[in-house]
Amino acid sequence: MIIPERILNKASETAGAWRKVRRLASSLSLLLVTTPLLGGCQFAVMDPKGPIGAQEKSIILLSTGLMLIVVVPVIALTLAFAWRYRASNSKATFAPDWSHSNRIEAVVWLVPCLIVAILGSVTWVSSHTLDPYRPIAAAAKPIDVDVVSLDWKWLFIYPDLKIASVNELAFPVGTPVRFRMTSSSVMDAFFIPRLGSQIYTMPGMETKLSLLADNPGTYEGISANYSGDGFSDMKFAARAMSAADFAKWVETVRRSPRELTMAAYRQLAKPSEDVPVGYYGDIASNLYHDVLNKCADGSSCTDDNVRLALAKESFGAVGLCKTSESRILR
Amino acid sequence: MNIQARPLPVATAPLAPEVFEVEEEHHDAGAITTLGFWIYLMSDCILFASLFASFVVLRGATAGGPSGREIFNLPYVAVETSCLLVSSFTYGMAMISAESGKRAWVLRWLGLTLALGLAFMGLELHEFAKLISEGSGPDRSGFLSAFFTLVGTHGLHVTSGMVWMLVLMAHVLRNGLTEANRTRLMCLSLFWHFLDIVWIGVFTVVYLMGVA
Amino acid sequence: MGDMLGKLTLDAVPMHQPIIMGAVAFMILCGLGVAALITHLGFWRTLWSDWITSVDHKKIGIMYIMLAMVMLLRGFSDAIMMRMQQALASTGGPGYLPPEHFDQVFTAHGVIMIFFMAMPFIVGLMNIVMPLQIGARDVAFPYLNNLSFWLTAAGALLVNISLGIGEFAKTGWLAYPPLSEIAYSPGVGVDYYIWALQIAGVGTLLSGVNMITTILKMRAPGMTLMRMPIFSWTALCANMLIVAAFPILTATLAMLSLDRYLGMHFFTNDAGGNPMMYVNLIWAWGHPEVYILILPCFGVFSEVISTFSSKQLFGYTSMVYATVCITVLSFLVWLHHFFTMGTGADVNAFFGITTMIIAIPTGAKIFNWLFTMYRGRVRFTTPVLWTIGFMITFVIGGMTGVLMAVPPADFVLHNSLFLIAHFHNVIIGGVVFGCMAGVNYWFPKAFGFTLDERLGKISFWCWLVGFYLAFMPLYALGLMGMTRRLDHVNNPVWHVYLVVAMVGAVIIMCGIAAQIAQITVSIWNRAALRDLTGDPWNGRTLEWAVASPPPAYNFARTPIVTTRDAYWEMKRRGLAHNPLPAYRPIHMPRNTATGVIVSAFAAALGFGLIWHIWWLSIASFVAAIGIAITHSFNEDRDYYVTPDEIAENEGKYHLASQV
Repeated sequence: MIIPERILNKASETAGAWRKVRRLASSLSLLLVTTPLLGGCQFAVMDPKGPIGAQEKSIILLSTGLMLIVVVPVIALTLAFAWRYRASNSKATFAPDWSHSNRIEAVVWLVPCLIVAILGSVTWVSSHTLDPYRPIAAAAKPIDVDVVSLDWKWLFIYPDLKIASVNELAFPVGTPVRFRMTSSSVMDAFFIPRLGSQIYTMPGMETKLSLLADNPGTYEGISANYSGDGFSDMKFAARAMSAADFAKWVETVRRSPRELTMAAYRQLAKPSEDVPVGYYGDIASNLYHDVLNKCADGSSCTDDNVRLALAKESFGAVGLCKTSESRILR
Repeated sequence: MNIQARPLPVATAPLAPEVFEVEEEHHDAGAITTLGFWIYLMSDCILFASLFASFVVLRGATAGGPSGREIFNLPYVAVETSCLLVSSFTYGMAMISAESGKRAWVLRWLGLTLALGLAFMGLELHEFAKLISEGSGPDRSGFLSAFFTLVGTHGLHVTSGMVWMLVLMAHVLRNGLTEANRTRLMCLSLFWHFLDIVWIGVFTVVYLMGVA
Repeated sequence: MGDMLGKLTLDAVPMHQPIIMGAVAFMILCGLGVAALITHLGFWRTLWSDWITSVDHKKIGIMYIMLAMVMLLRGFSDAIMMRMQQALASTGGPGYLPPEHFDQVFTAHGVIMIFFMAMPFIVGLMNIVMPLQIGARDVAFPYLNNLSFWLTAAGALLVNISLGIGEFAKTGWLAYPPLSEIAYSPGVGVDYYIWALQIAGVGTLLSGVNMITTILKMRAPGMTLMRMPIFSWTALCANMLIVAAFPILTATLAMLSLDRYLGMHFFTNDAGGNPMMYVNLIWAWGHPEVYILILPCFGVFSEVISTFSSKQLFGYTSMVYATVCITVLSFLVWLHHFFTMGTGADVNAFFGITTMIIAIPTGAKIFNWLFTMYRGRVRFTTPVLWTIGFMITFVIGGMTGVLMAVPPADFVLHNSLFLIAHFHNVIIGGVVFGCMAGVNYWFPKAFGFTLDERLGKISFWCWLVGFYLAFMPLYALGLMGMTRRLDHVNNPVWHVYLVVAMVGAVIIMCGIAAQIAQITVSIWNRAALRDLTGDPWNGRTLEWAVASPPPAYNFARTPIVTTRDAYWEMKRRGLAHNPLPAYRPIHMPRNTATGVIVSAFAAALGFGLIWHIWWLSIASFVAAIGIAITHSFNEDRDYYVTPDEIAENEGKYHLASQV
């Protein structure tokens, strides 16, 4: 039989196309399977730039390794048993009434117990050492940053430097950063994947986190908790820099003529999307406190309410201290 | 399927009574309904547990508004409580009358229970109305939201219990103390006593601990 | 007029959104098509009197599963829309869905798949199978069963109405406040969410009460709890979880609606509200919910693997204890859903460890299925393929789950696509595979003919391959730091993975198409696939001891149980398929329209509340209560099946099964 050339050509063309697809597929599968283990630079969580992220990465690897002790045999045995005892294999033993063995039962309960015991110990210890609230031990003196998540941008307040920035977080490398966080409207989560540990920001509540970067660089920071329409662009640049660069950065921010007063904050807090980086050369005193305690909303601050309620509870008297008076008590 | 292993018949016996029941078992419909109702009550219990938990969490969240100590009037609530407790007793009397088949007395005791339930609800609604008129409504603070919701949910249960009681009185009037009606009375009895127990929880957690 | 319709105006119909209007038009066309077909076949009367008003647990179960399958299509359309959007919008472009639409799509996807796909599927399987397995004539409260189904359907109806009238929630499937509060979600979307779930939730709760009572009170004589088939055991545990967990959901959503409707302050930002309380409460329901879904699927796999290995289930007792352990533990792990809330190391560690402990009984179960195959004769039917696919997939999902139970690992994996991959890994690999195994396994019982094996296997392979292609890239993306619910990103590396994931979703779509084809082809070829024995798989449990489909009364005579695998024992002793010499009349409940009418009013009540049409709400509420009360006065509720009818039915079945 003679095969027309046209078809032959087409066949080789298809074969070529197939080769391409295969090559793409194999490189893709290699990408999928190996890169997370090797910690390729795309895998932010597996390629941490700070000690918190590094410890978390090793916990992920350790836990996965421990569990693979059970998981791999289970998968292998499933396939092996299914094949070995296929109905058409009449050579295999058939024991239709066999349904109990103390020895097997002991193994299938004890081995997972053992692994969970080890993993549980890891959990207990690491939950404490990597508690986000725990200060990081380092030679350098930590710096404080107060974070407010707004619809849909991040506000970073440097209380000691009396400056603030939007969607850009700068800090010196090798220095622990102590974050206090809250939110202006809904729940978000503060997360810099390369540095580790995320934590929720919640309105009227404060969460804390300490992070440290070993290497200078600009890392992507995100909100890891959906917060509405503009959520996808709620990103910030986390810039770890040398002390000198940081001092320069602070100077740049200081030179900004804008002051973050309460009025300016209210303006900023209005929903906006894909917001560019912005600097505030000066900030109102107690701004973070007032945001956290909702003093901005016009009514009395929540912490004053609590204090008032406490006062009422302890003295049984009402109206002794007015809101303004109790603020002086602070 | 040509490759399935069928069990080998070891004996071919004629129909054996040990395989199929010859006498049709009569499931006790009343017992089944009562058990089902118990299970429902347990779920209701969890509903109240959630509301109690929320109340405890929000108890201090007065947001500058009044606290329990300022708005609760214990003697008033004591009267309210006694209405409900006595109504449990009168419902118990209705059940005793039902046991001995005295239809007229069942209706009388149910009527009395209904009256006490109405008194309870009247007192509760009056308390609510007073609080709202003073500006201490459920939208004033987290504490008041939790208070109105917990107490109000109990009140809604009592109200639906009273509607149910009316329906049952109609049933008893129509058909007398039949098997079905006795089961219904039993279920409402469980419901009514359950609400009493919940109220004791409310009285303790909301009112007593609220002014303590 | 304006007041008459509350907030509802013509503007509520999203005329300017072609995608939505297209979907609505498609749904209306499908509805009209089905209606035309029913009219053409002259099926309306049968539909009403034999199905809609039926109190027969098997028919109600079938209706549940049909609802689940329709909603699977709806939920899957959402899924593929999301995959397309993320694939198209990952290189800087905006994609084809604006954020406000994308946000509704992922919310609807989650809500539909959990509440209106998985739940009805599971409840449907339990309805069809459990009473037969325990040798019962029906469930304890047949009328309530019909009402439960229609309440679930009413909830599903509201979700579907939201597509064409108004909007759905844009909050994510658990509607965390403050985002779901009136201040940040002023539209009707969250209200649709609340009332759809509340109405369906009442149905689910009633169904739970019904099933527990059935299992505790209606078992055949001799069927002790420790002789009960594992599927019925898992049904018992799942329903106990329903009864214990759903009231928490009801209370939580009620508090959210009080915030939204009456200005209360449970979860608001101001006046003392506490949004964290919502998160705790919703997960105190939400985690048990996961086990409500997965436990019955564990039951399905147990039945399938034992039947098709022609062997007793290995380790029955430890299987039962494992199930009970999981049931209890499922209430002690909810906090692992928000380790990142800053609760403190002790609390986090405690909940992390309780979560890991659940892995122990679950692991024991996997081993028990393994050793059931050991020294068996495994027939590779479609249900077995689903089961083996499950065993392999589920251990991977379990592993990533335990990984995220370690709080420091969760601190970097939480809310990322790794999490998405994890729970799809257990929910598709566990629940969906379980439901598919169950459908293929019990279909012949429900309809009297088997499903086409070839298409069934094609469907399985598409699902399996599609699943791995769709979700393994998401694990990788999670490790790259991609968080969930992004409507657009700009990252060429991620783009490749997102395209692969979309291809996976398309392959899953082929699996669904094969599933539909399987059912259609099987109905077409039903004569060839007919099973007259009632026992096509050489089954072991009592559901196979009756004709397929079973008569309304299930068992002509209640069987007496002496062992586990009761039907296997009957066959072994040669006592199956012997016609009885005489039958007695069987007491049966009559069908009733009350359930469907009450549910219709419940849907109207919900619709009125959503749109603030108060007169409609009040009128529907009063009508629903009034009808329920009127029903209580209806004394014509039951009838007797005569011995002659039974003899005729049973004669045909026994004659056929002797062949």
